[in-house]
Amino acid sequence: MSAPSSPATTDDVTRPSRPADDLRQQVYNSPKERAIKYLLGACALVSVLTTLGIAAVLIVESIPFFQSVSFAEFFGETRWTPQFTEKYFGIWALLSGTLLVTVISAVVALPVGLASAIFISEYASAWVRKVLKPGLELLAGVPTVVYGYFALTFVTPLLQTLIPGLGVYNALSGGIVVGIMIIPMVASLSEDALRAVPDSLGGAAYALGATKYEAVVRVKVPAAFGGIMASFILAVSRAIGETMIVTLAAGATPKMTLDPRESIQAMTAFIVQVSKGDTPQGTIEYQSIFAVGLVLFLITLAMNVLANRITRRYQEQY
Amino acid sequence: MELSPNGSFNLRRLHRKRVGLALAGLLFLATIFGIVVLVTLLVDVVVTAVPWLDGQFIASLPSRNPGEAGIQSALIGSLWLMGLTALISVPLGVASALYLEEYARDGWFLRLIQVNIANLAGVPSVVYGILGLALFVRFAALSNSLLAGALTLSLLILPIIIISTQEALRSIPSGIRESAYALGATRWQVIYSHVLPMAAPGIMTGVILALSRAIGETAPLILVGALTFVPFVPQGALDQFTALPIQIFNWTARPQDEFRGLAAAAIVVLMILLFTMNLTAILLRNYFETRRAGA
Repeated sequence: MSAPSSPATTDDVTRPSRPADDLRQQVYNSPKERAIKYLLGACALVSVLTTLGIAAVLIVESIPFFQSVSFAEFFGETRWTPQFTEKYFGIWALLSGTLLVTVISAVVALPVGLASAIFISEYASAWVRKVLKPGLELLAGVPTVVYGYFALTFVTPLLQTLIPGLGVYNALSGGIVVGIMIIPMVASLSEDALRAVPDSLGGAAYALGATKYEAVVRVKVPAAFGGIMASFILAVSRAIGETMIVTLAAGATPKMTLDPRESIQAMTAFIVQVSKGDTPQGTIEYQSIFAVGLVLFLITLAMNVLANRITRRYQEQY
Repeated sequence: MELSPNGSFNLRRLHRKRVGLALAGLLFLATIFGIVVLVTLLVDVVVTAVPWLDGQFIASLPSRNPGEAGIQSALIGSLWLMGLTALISVPLGVASALYLEEYARDGWFLRLIQVNIANLAGVPSVVYGILGLALFVRFAALSNSLLAGALTLSLLILPIIIISTQEALRSIPSGIRESAYALGATRWQVIYSHVLPMAAPGIMTGVILALSRAIGETAPLILVGALTFVPFVPQGALDQFTALPIQIFNWTARPQDEFRGLAAAAIVVLMILLFTMNLTAILLRNYFETRRAGA
């Protein structure tokens, strides 16, 4: 079914063409031109320095924490109680909160986002698309603290009428709203992936007598599988790093649980909780936010790298 | 379509069409879901906010008494932040994109920077907050000032500005550059007099969208120590500050209904600010797209 196409069009991003070599010599020789080039290059280095800065800060500032808390406790303990006199620092209590919220948000966002992408790219007329796409873009532009307000004052009371005995702070409400927040991301990236599938594939399916739904579900969606997976991973990574919704709606009680009705604490919410209070510098509680931040950074970085790899590999197919 | 003698083909075809129709309906409902939520959110916020929204709310400083509380210091703090962030991030971001698009040669270094920028765009904002706390608040001793907050937000939106500027630069036909070179222009003259002016609307659109992301950020500002209670208007870049999202967070986190109403009112102000910025970006894009198409 694969359609042959020229590899040159998809190789790398096409770059603007350069002037001829002899001219380039003269252009480069002027000191002013060289100074400008190095100045612009220095600006481009800021982004590299930012990455190095993040890594350096997280690692260096975590060292004092790991001098008093062993790796064995950090990764083996299931309690996280920095405020108590008997302190435990087991990352699993926070990590499981983050994972619970993330799984709930994925259950909401992945099917809805993918369905939106399929509808917009395959079914919607140009007119409908003109209304839907800006709508989804607006949804993506809502600040997370506003979503947090929505979760706490609208979704939670709504859920409380459906689930008797549900507390004010619970993982379910936070997870659902985080899911709503990442729908536009799944939709827009998956739509890009679907659009990148050559029309000839769909045409071939129709020629074999497929109905529209068969052409879309059995040919186009599988052909865009790589891009769709990448959009899922990026969206889940965004959910893991989401802060304000889980801080406002999911609670501040670190615990290992799989029950979405419980109040939990996500990693990001813990970082906010410590930094908005008056926790003195140098205390172990203060140092712990860097260790938690390091775990958060490594997880999201790994997912982003993976998603970018998948995207690049999949782009090479056509 | 009388291919099948016993009619089973037609029967199955009817079934397949029905399945297709049901799927189309489901897809449509899923797509509408996001829009419905957005409308619900807006209506809910506006209805809650109406009793609190008045001139006094905009012009008053925060107060322990909900009846007298306002968002003056938060609104001015947000505007300060946006201005400072734009001053820092726009020159840096545009310069980076110019280097990557117009100067850098293909190779491992360019690829490294590109991959790095793509990954930076996915770093959680709270992690940028930790960076800002360690680097600007403590190491550079800027304390919890507007400048520390603006520097942190600048790093946060830098990848967005770079990526959108690169796209704007790529959309300029290479013929423009070549004709300028043919007339003897140097590289910088080509960029300054041709490429930048032509790419300006695209760059502006990206910048406005990036700034609207920055103005809605909460977590990094909490990390760099934006205060929740600021009964004064900041006078300079080194003053302590609060911002609209911080004020919203603070009011939402309180259990009393009055403060929820204040939070909703502050959300309305923030959303009006954001929608205005987004609308400007969209109109700008449309205006220049039609003008260029007509030229």
